[in-house]
This record gives sequence, C-alpha cells and structure tokens, in this order.
Amino acid sequence: MTILDASAAPGQTGPPSSHGPRRDPAPLLPDPEPVRVLGTDAAGEVDPGLLRELYRRLVLGRRFNQQATTLARQGSLAVYPASTGQEACQIAAAMVLRETDWLFPSYRDTLAVTARGVPPMDVLALMRGHTHCGYDPRLARTAPLSTPLATQACHAVGLAHAARLRAAADPAADREVVALALVGDGGTSEGDFHEALTFAGVLRAPVVFLVQNNGYAISVPLSRQTAAPTLAHKAVGYGVTGRLVDGNDAPAVHAVLSEAVEHARAGHGPVLVEAITYRLDAHTSADDATRYRAQGEVDAWRAHDPVTRLERHLRETGQLDDTGVATVTRAAEEFAARMRAQVAQAAQVPAPDPRTLFAHVYAEPTSQLREQAAELAARLEADLDGDLDVRPDSGPNARPDVHPDARGDLAAAEPAAGPGTRSDLS
Amino acid sequence: MSNATSIPPTITTTASALAGATAAGAAAEVAGAEAGAATRPAVPAGALGRPGGRSRGSTGSTGSTGSTRTTMVRALNTALRDALREDPDVHVLGEDVGTLGGVFRVTDGLAAEFGAHRCLDTPLAEAGILGIAVGMAMYGLRPVVEMQFDAFAYPAFEQLASHVAKMRNRTAGRVPLPITIRVPYGGGIGGVEHHSDSSEAYYVHTPGLHVVTPATVADCYGLLRAAIASDDPVVFLEPKRLYWSSEEFTPSAVPPIGRAVTRRHGNAATLITYGPSLPVCLQAADAAAAEGWDLAVVDLRSLVPFDDETVCAAVRATGRAVVVHEAAGFGGVGAEIAARVTERCFHHLAAPVLRVTGFDIPYPPPLLEHHYLPSVDRILDTVARLQWEQ
Repeated sequence: MTILDASAAPGQTGPPSSHGPRRDPAPLLPDPEPVRVLGTDAAGEVDPGLLRELYRRLVLGRRFNQQATTLARQGSLAVYPASTGQEACQIAAAMVLRETDWLFPSYRDTLAVTARGVPPMDVLALMRGHTHCGYDPRLARTAPLSTPLATQACHAVGLAHAARLRAAADPAADREVVALALVGDGGTSEGDFHEALTFAGVLRAPVVFLVQNNGYAISVPLSRQTAAPTLAHKAVGYGVTGRLVDGNDAPAVHAVLSEAVEHARAGHGPVLVEAITYRLDAHTSADDATRYRAQGEVDAWRAHDPVTRLERHLRETGQLDDTGVATVTRAAEEFAARMRAQVAQAAQVPAPDPRTLFAHVYAEPTSQLREQAAELAARLEADLDGDLDVRPDSGPNARPDVHPDARGDLAAAEPAAGPGTRSDLS
Repeated sequence: MSNATSIPPTITTTASALAGATAAGAAAEVAGAEAGAATRPAVPAGALGRPGGRSRGSTGSTGSTGSTRTTMVRALNTALRDALREDPDVHVLGEDVGTLGGVFRVTDGLAAEFGAHRCLDTPLAEAGILGIAVGMAMYGLRPVVEMQFDAFAYPAFEQLASHVAKMRNRTAGRVPLPITIRVPYGGGIGGVEHHSDSSEAYYVHTPGLHVVTPATVADCYGLLRAAIASDDPVVFLEPKRLYWSSEEFTPSAVPPIGRAVTRRHGNAATLITYGPSLPVCLQAADAAAAEGWDLAVVDLRSLVPFDDETVCAAVRATGRAVVVHEAAGFGGVGAEIAARVTERCFHHLAAPVLRVTGFDIPYPPPLLEHHYLPSVDRILDTVARLQWEQ
C-alpha cells in the first residue's frame, strides 16, 4: 500500500476547495461507441420524409463537391478543398439550424454554407479569386469561411453570448439564437479551440462545436494529432457535454446535432460533437494524398460512404427505387450544370475594379490610403492611354483589369518623379 | 548621472516625477504657443558643444493649486463609464476587470454600476478574449477589451491580425468590427520582464487597425471615447508609466482620431514623439530652452491614421527633426516617420532625421531600464548632432 492509497481513505475533511460542490463528469462523457442509426432499430423510428430529404441533399452535395473539384482542375477555381465523404456532416449542420441561428464554417465547409442557402458562386468566390468572401455574413447569418484554424470557434462563442445579451436587453432582438462552429480534427489542437471551449463552458454560451474528424490534418493522421481517447472526450475538461457520432450516418448526425442545438438553445450549455468521418479526396485539389495514405484505407472507407449507406438503407426498406434514384440524380446533374453555367458566366465578368482595393480597409480611407489609391488610379489611366491593357473585347464601361501578365506594362508606366518629391513641391 | 533621479526604477517615485513633468509640459505648451515658429533658426548659442552642468531632473512645477486634478487612470475610467452609460451595446471584458477593477484600476466600479455582464471578468485567455469580442462585434455589440499588459496581448495576435484587422475588408464592408483593444504599454515602472514592452510596431504594420496612443489625461478621455465610438477596430495603447500623472480636467469634446498636436512650438528643431515619451521630450525642450535652443514638440496621439500634415508642417518650420520613442529602433515607428518626413520634406531639411529609441534588445530588467529609455540627455545629445555647423 502506497501513501497515495492511504490518502484515499474516507472520513477526512479536506481543505476548502475553489471547485465548489463536486460535479459528476459522467453526464458530460461521450457515448462509448459512436451513435448510429442506420443498421439499428432506431432507423425505423426516423421520419421517412426526413430520410428522403437527407438523401436528396446528400446526392446534391456529393455532386457539388465533384463539380467544384473539376472546376479547380480546369482552373476556374484557384483551389478547392473538397468535403467528399463528409457530406452527411455538411448537410446535417445546415439542416439543424434555424434561420436566426449562425453558422461558423472553416474553409472546407463550402457545402454546409451552400446547404444553408448561400448561392454556390458566392460561396466559392474565395476560390474564384474575385474577393475574400462572396456573401453577406449578416444576411446569411453565416461567418466568412475561416482559413485560420479554430479561430472561428471563439467567434461563435462570442456571437452566441452577444445574442443572449441582446435578447435580454432588447425585446425586438432574435430569441434563442444558437451558434454552430465547424472545426476539423487538426483544428482541435489549436489554442483557439481550447480557449473557445473554456469560454463556452464558463459563459454557458448557446453554442455547438461540430468536430468533423476526417482522419487527417492535410497529411498528419489523428494518431499524431492527439492522444485523447476521442476528440469528444476533450469536452469534459471544459464542463462541456461531449457527443460521439458516426459521421457517415446521415440520420445519426442529424439526430445528435439536432439534440445538441436544442440543448444549447434551451440554456443547458454548450455541446461538443465529434463526428467520425473520412476525407475521401485529397486535402485540396493541389494535394497528393498518395504520399501519406494507402489506397486500401481509402477503399475501406468508400464502403462506408455516407451517400451509398443511406441509399442502401432506403432501398432495403422500400423507401427508394430506381426511379427515385434517377430523379435525385437528374436533379443533381441539373444542379451541377447550373454551377458550370454560373462559373462560365462569372468568367465573363472582369476582375473587380482595382480601385476598390482601398475601399474597405477602414470606414474612411486614411490620407495615406487615398494617396496610394490615387497612385494606382494614375497607373491605370496611364495603361489606358498607352492602350497597354485594353482588351479587344472591352466595352466602353469595362474596367481595366490588372492581371499578373500586365505587371511589366505597369512598371513601364513609372512616373519620372517619385510621389515624395511631388508632394514636397506641391 | 542624473538619469537615476529622473527615471527611478520604482512605481511610486516614477509616477510622482512624471506627474510633475506632465504638468510642466502643459505649462510649456501654453508658453510655447506665444513663441511662434515661422523663421529658420540661427544656430543657437552653445549648440556646437554640449555645455555641462545642466540640470535635467524634474522641472519642478507641480501645477497644483489645490483644485481638482484628475489622474490618467481616473480619466480612462470616466471615459469607460460614460460610454457604458450612453450606449447599451458597449461591453467591457478582460482579465480582472470586474470585481477587482483591473490591475491598474482603470475599470474600477464599472461592474458594480453596470452589472458583471457589462464589465465581464473573463478566463485568462487573451486569444479567447479577443475572439469572443469578434463574435460579439459581428452581432452588433461594441466590445472594449482590456489586455492586462503589453506582452500579455501576444497570444491574441492571430485574432488581431487575421480577423480583427481584416473582417471589414474581407466582407467588403459588410461586417465592421468596432472593437477597442486597450493595452497598457511601455516601461519605466520598474516592472519585471514581460511587463514593459512597447509593441506598437506590430500593430501599425497591420492594415485595418487604428493605433492610438494618448499622452495626456484629457486625450486619454477624449481619444478613448473616440475609439469606442469608431466603427473600426482601435488598438488603444495606454502609457502605463503616466497612469498616475494628473491634470486639471473636465470631460470635453472628443478629438478626432488621426490628428497630431504640437505641444510646444519652437524654431530650432522638432521633436516628434508619442505616449510615454512625451513628458521626456517636454523636459528636454525645457532644458534646451535654458540653453537658448527652442525645440518644438509634436505629440502624434495617433500612429494610424498618421497625421503627415501636422508632422510635415512642424518639420518644415524648423528644418531639423528627431523622433523619440521607447520601442526598439530597428523597423520601428521612428523608422517610418523618418522615411515619411524625408520623402515629404527633403528640401526643407538641414540634417538627416535622427532617432532616439530603445536599443534593439529585449526590454531590460528594472535596474537597467533607465539606460534603455530615451532620456533628456540622449535627446539633447541627438539634437546636438543635427549638423548645426553647416
């Protein structure tokens, strides 16, 4: 018997504790096994209408990923980080939210944002190279796609906290707003993830974190990312409820996320949901996944593809036949055709006016920015005068387009006197 | 040397010495305003050599006649209180800002008056604090964040650089972030390491942020009100060694962010400075005046936006300029100012623009900090090197 064994003996009153009454962590612990619906008795309990809607959206979502990947390969998008294989998470995340709720996506969550109702071309604007965020976050109640990992989780907590403050102070404000933050397995290692959960727990903010554990942070597998039993277990340390779900089981993800969102909405505190899924495609269209994972692993996960699993269940239970599949497939093809047409149409639109680069740095440009804007405008005028950058098909209202190819022309337009000299003489 | 008495390494004596300096500076501003600064100066008597025996300690004036004086801390507190009272969207948050009232007492009494939710004690997590503020601002609130010390703000840098500074731009103006980030900064308080950094260069190099640093009690009130009212994020750098300085003060009109002010007119050379270095520059100008050198002193107040107009006018009036700040010189704000002044005033300059800054070293321990900080001696030595013999 060691001294530590002896110290565990009951009957002794310890020193006062800053913890307050002992709280049982058990209710916060995730389920021992991921929650599943498909292939269990629970499948029969799911509303058939919901299942059909999930299926329809999953098929369209898969087609969205395929089409965007193709567009990236063709050069219409600078890059595309696909969520192929994660469509159940993406679709469910959008479906469980009310219009007044907020979504905080990462860069891989373009499908979730599209499913929330934002037009695909606006969602993909970041990758099309025209602007950083193609939609109005306040109208869409969807934050910009976040490239810095897990930072958006803090924003979600802050927004949920603010919405509750507003609702208490202003009768006209939206009620019972919930924020849903989407994070990847790699993102859970970031400090901002830890801080977001810390704040969420302390503030009991109406926020839900959905961690899509797709197995890899670019090339690094989860085993190199964390030694935690599961990512859902991380919740417990923050006093947050953890849930573990099969991320490729669409009705299961929908059920767990719905419950989490309503739990937060009712004021019972934040929830961290880990959805175990798999990134069937490479990290992005620019990545080569064969350098870090075996094809056999990918094939094994394809057997658990969320789209085919739901389709198989619907067919086996007589809720879907070839005609139904053909109808949904046709809708997906029409959706993809519209995406292609919109991209082709967008390609005809000239790049944004370079003068707008200075418009939204501050509410009012500083005098320094006004000087720089004038300098750029003068260069653009010089280009026009020299017919250096006027495209043959430019109409009278076409804006000059500063393209990398035009850089040499711009350099040739360098004024003889530097701006400092001129302003000093003025 | 007299450095040891002018910048002693303890909080209380420093505070009282600097309170005196600030009062003297205010008096100098009034006196200097009559002097005018139009003509090109002749070389002042004694300018070529450094006369010895000059007193460079406290300039002596207390300025106090028993009427009400307000400390910088109290003025900041009043600004926060007034903002909280006038706008229900204003929320203060940070470490120890609630029950304690902040380690410098800037938020004293606010939680009691407005409720713990309006002056929120947060977990000890700076990235989280600023990240939460981003979310709050996205929903339309107007958060005022306190970073407890300059160096403690570094964990929040990603939130600051990648989100706070860029959100308006990346959303084409649809999501402004009206966040004020208060940062007590700078040295001279005898603080142990990580309590005395001057981090302004990181912030001014990040487009999308306004960077404000008041040096007087009145400016602390007015500029903090302006910062909170601004629809842009403002990094509000508070010169912590002046926290206990005091002035006659009544809350008054809010000055616009982005305007420098000439604190003292002069015709020999122009000292360009901000924040904690202002009183030192005013002391140097007083000492120089006793020798017949009439130095102008420009208080920038705002580093972004930068007031080229006021600075260039002040430099052209004297033809010589020295930039003074505590932060390390290399790649610092002084380098930017020297470049801007040279670009815009080249033909008015009789000498290169020189700098008096902290050395390019980590901030020193308390017993050595007076060697690092710009001092009256270093400023006057530098003024003497402005090629007067030509």
